Amino acid sequence: MGVSVADAASASPELLKQSGQREVFCGLTSIVWLHRRMPDAFFLVVGSRTCAHLVQSAAGVMIFAEPRFGTAILGERDLAGLADANEELDRLVRDLLERRPEIRTLFLVGSCPSEVIKLDLSRAAERLTSQFNGRVRVLNYSGSGIETTFTQGEDNALLSLLPLMPSSNENQLLIVGTLADAVEDRFVSLFAKMGIEAVRSLPPRRSTELPPVGKGTKVLLAQPFLSGTSRALVSRGAELINAPYPFGVEGSRDWMAAAAAAFGVDPARVAQVLDPLVERGRRALAPHRQVLEGKRLFLMPDSQMEIPLARFLSRECGMELVEVGTPYLDRQLMAQELALLPSGTQVSEGQDVERQLERVRAARPDLVVCGLGLANPLEAEGIATKWSIELVFSPIHGCDQAGDLAELFARPLRRRQLLAFS
Amino acid sequence: MELSLWTYEGPPHVGAMRIAASMEGVHYVLHAPQGDTYADLLFTMIERRDRRPPVTYTTFQARDLGGDTAELVQRTIADAVQRFQPEALLVGESCTAELIQDQPGALAAGMDLGGIPMVSLDLPAYSKKENWGAAETFYQLVRTLLKAQVPPPGTPKPSPQRWQQEGRRPRVNLLGPTLLGFRCRDDVKEITGLLQEHGIEVAVVAPLGARPADLVRLPEADANVCLYPEVADSVCSWLERSFGLPVVRTVPIGISATEAFLKEITTLLGLTGADGAVSNGGAAPGLPATAASASRLPWYSRSVDSTYLTGKRVFIFGDATHAVAAARIASKELGFEVVGLGSYSREQAREVRAAAKELGLEALITDDYLAVEKAMTEAAPELVLGTQMERHSAKRLGVPCAVISTPLHVQDVPARYAPQMGWEGANVIFDSWVHPLMMGLEEHLIGMFRHDFEFVDGHRSHLGDGAPSMTPAADPVHPGLKPELVGTAVDPAASTASASLGVATATATLEAPASGAIEIRWSPDGEAELHKIPFFVRSKVRRNTEGFARERGIALIDAETLYDAKAHLSH
Repeated sequence: MGVSVADAASASPELLKQSGQREVFCGLTSIVWLHRRMPDAFFLVVGSRTCAHLVQSAAGVMIFAEPRFGTAILGERDLAGLADANEELDRLVRDLLERRPEIRTLFLVGSCPSEVIKLDLSRAAERLTSQFNGRVRVLNYSGSGIETTFTQGEDNALLSLLPLMPSSNENQLLIVGTLADAVEDRFVSLFAKMGIEAVRSLPPRRSTELPPVGKGTKVLLAQPFLSGTSRALVSRGAELINAPYPFGVEGSRDWMAAAAAAFGVDPARVAQVLDPLVERGRRALAPHRQVLEGKRLFLMPDSQMEIPLARFLSRECGMELVEVGTPYLDRQLMAQELALLPSGTQVSEGQDVERQLERVRAARPDLVVCGLGLANPLEAEGIATKWSIELVFSPIHGCDQAGDLAELFARPLRRRQLLAFS
Repeated sequence: MELSLWTYEGPPHVGAMRIAASMEGVHYVLHAPQGDTYADLLFTMIERRDRRPPVTYTTFQARDLGGDTAELVQRTIADAVQRFQPEALLVGESCTAELIQDQPGALAAGMDLGGIPMVSLDLPAYSKKENWGAAETFYQLVRTLLKAQVPPPGTPKPSPQRWQQEGRRPRVNLLGPTLLGFRCRDDVKEITGLLQEHGIEVAVVAPLGARPADLVRLPEADANVCLYPEVADSVCSWLERSFGLPVVRTVPIGISATEAFLKEITTLLGLTGADGAVSNGGAAPGLPATAASASRLPWYSRSVDSTYLTGKRVFIFGDATHAVAAARIASKELGFEVVGLGSYSREQAREVRAAAKELGLEALITDDYLAVEKAMTEAAPELVLGTQMERHSAKRLGVPCAVISTPLHVQDVPARYAPQMGWEGANVIFDSWVHPLMMGLEEHLIGMFRHDFEFVDGHRSHLGDGAPSMTPAADPVHPGLKPELVGTAVDPAASTASASLGVATATATLEAPASGAIEIRWSPDGEAELHKIPFFVRSKVRRNTEGFARERGIALIDAETLYDAKAHLSH
């Protein structure tokens, strides 16, 4: 899977490669937002009780009447004979789809155990698709921890949709990566103002309404973790727009402007649409910048959004970067972001969590961005933290959200100033 | 292969983590793929722990599988021992590592660990679950630390009353409390205090707060108290077999159980006088004479305001220990009617079945929360006592609920002292089960004044979130009461708001007529009559009347049908 492609070494950042215990989620976690994006899809993990427990714990308290995700838990009998496992899976899928007739797309999601026992989910998907005779499409991808970290699960899910996307050379802007619906609507209307009418999204809101792809498609990545999907789209004839990611005022502006440029929109018209947004976004940022300016920031590797967020927090909020961790570094997708980081920024790839925590303790940063397993322990050591998982759940893209995004990081620091017990 | 949407228990290695994290000086090396570190957040978030669980994971990835994962295990063990310098080491594997068969326990056994006791955990991930894993880990750890001390067969059992000759107070171990258990921290404090009042010392509490050296001292006690059988049963049985340590098995939750517990332990230790009265062996004076003076539950339950609790229909589901205790308290000490009892603890199913049988019920033993929700719906309870799962199901059904058992939510780990066991536990139980219901007088007044113009249909109890007994979901046909949250996207990270999700979906699912059954309609006068009935019982009357009509093949319910049904059902 798309682990780092070390093609061109970036000039400025210092890269520290670490291997050891990785305190990150696996790709199954991305089901938590993917299933909300496509309400007509069901995500069935084929795995163990651990997988079920992980998705449940990552989803936290979000308990729906009946969620649109679940786990087919392998038992000892399934391990003993794979032929039985396939029959069992077919039976379970039939029961599930009978119970949930509204489901149009079923994703069979591979896990660590299903991959280790080499349960062939692609053949299962083909078999089930033909059994359901067009009523439900059954797809498969891997969300396993041995293949993917956290957000890479979305990359693999989108890759599995790719073969179903019709071919068309129609000119269109394709936004790739899950966005909150309201944020997506906002981008679509802004692009319309700039004269770009054909704007489509992957993943779509309905799993069956997949956008086409072909020579006229220009791909704009909304998320920085879609290495495999972006390359596969390019191999279908699409062109990848090089841009930073739409976090913060600057990133969002450059992201939209890059798309406009790719469509030959007059820069004056782009400025006319975006300048008021930029001005308003900066005003929204200002009070948070006051809190964040000069504060020292340490980002633990987690969601793969660390580098763009570090760029935003350093350039627009005035924070000093102590270390920017990333689970893996895709230099091609991060090229624009790396170039915008202050020179000499310490970037670390991979993780050895104990040694990284030693660096945190030595540096005593003002804020650490980290996962839920590390946050309270660091707070107890007197170090303020921001949970990174909120960043994949909250609408944070776009100029209009820049103030909210900064607020997420300013809040823990404000809170510390508010509390007094003596 | 079984379909699981939400699970009551995690995998067995999470049970092992609960033992390691509950203790001091124990470290657990877990051979597990990247991603399995998610389990840390159970402790740091739900329990708000101020430190990471003492677990080092190998977090192997696909690229490691091509190479030497056994070497990775050995390196991880060596690093963890050097970094954490544990007093005892647990070595095990999660579900995926079990498949690649590196046998980390055997690898560890071949290493020089500097003499640290090492326990190789064999926890079958594809057939066992979290509580079993916790019990097995606790048992293996105790056994490893104590096996050198086991007296030869034939050694006479020590008398639990030997303290009288040894010139000391009697002492017992409290076994079973863990992190992520239900209110364990507070139960330990309550029971320690209760025993002290009776002149009994607590020797070792384990696993919670114990070090390996404390486990070595377990046989020095006169008896073991098996506080949480889910975790401590196998350890208690082994200590009984190997060291002749008797076990106090009554779990002191509720008034009668606390009394029975005291009777069992004082009799065993020889603290009961010739007249049968419990003496405190000459310990501190001021011993509470009876439960009536020690806990407010008996008087509160007898007081007139509690009259309205009589026969309240209650549905109970949880781990075996808490579910069985809840059934006894609900039926005997609060005068509720238990209309459903079940547990996800298959290991303790026998006890739950027996308790259910006593109440004329069939126990529901399952780990499928949808089956529990279905049983709950069919039982039409007025109060649900359950886990976090049942709290959500009850919310969807518009029935008040109190959480009595794991699995937990962060809000079930309260800041205040809130035990379940002993006298104070009974007070806590009274408050937390009765408060979600509408107060007696309030219920009466709403009934009296419901025709006044000030009266708003859907009036809620003063107890904000605690009184969803008349939420819109309970009366889905009423047009004025559509839940506002239908279809709105709620930030899943926002716990409080998200709990309300799914109201509409649940309503649709639950109210849909069973396929094949006749479709029942209400005539305008039937509907009008129905709306004269107080809304908090309306959905029940609606359901009962429809059931009555269905049985008789009546397709249109009018006012007469409603009164026929009322007359029929009141017999």
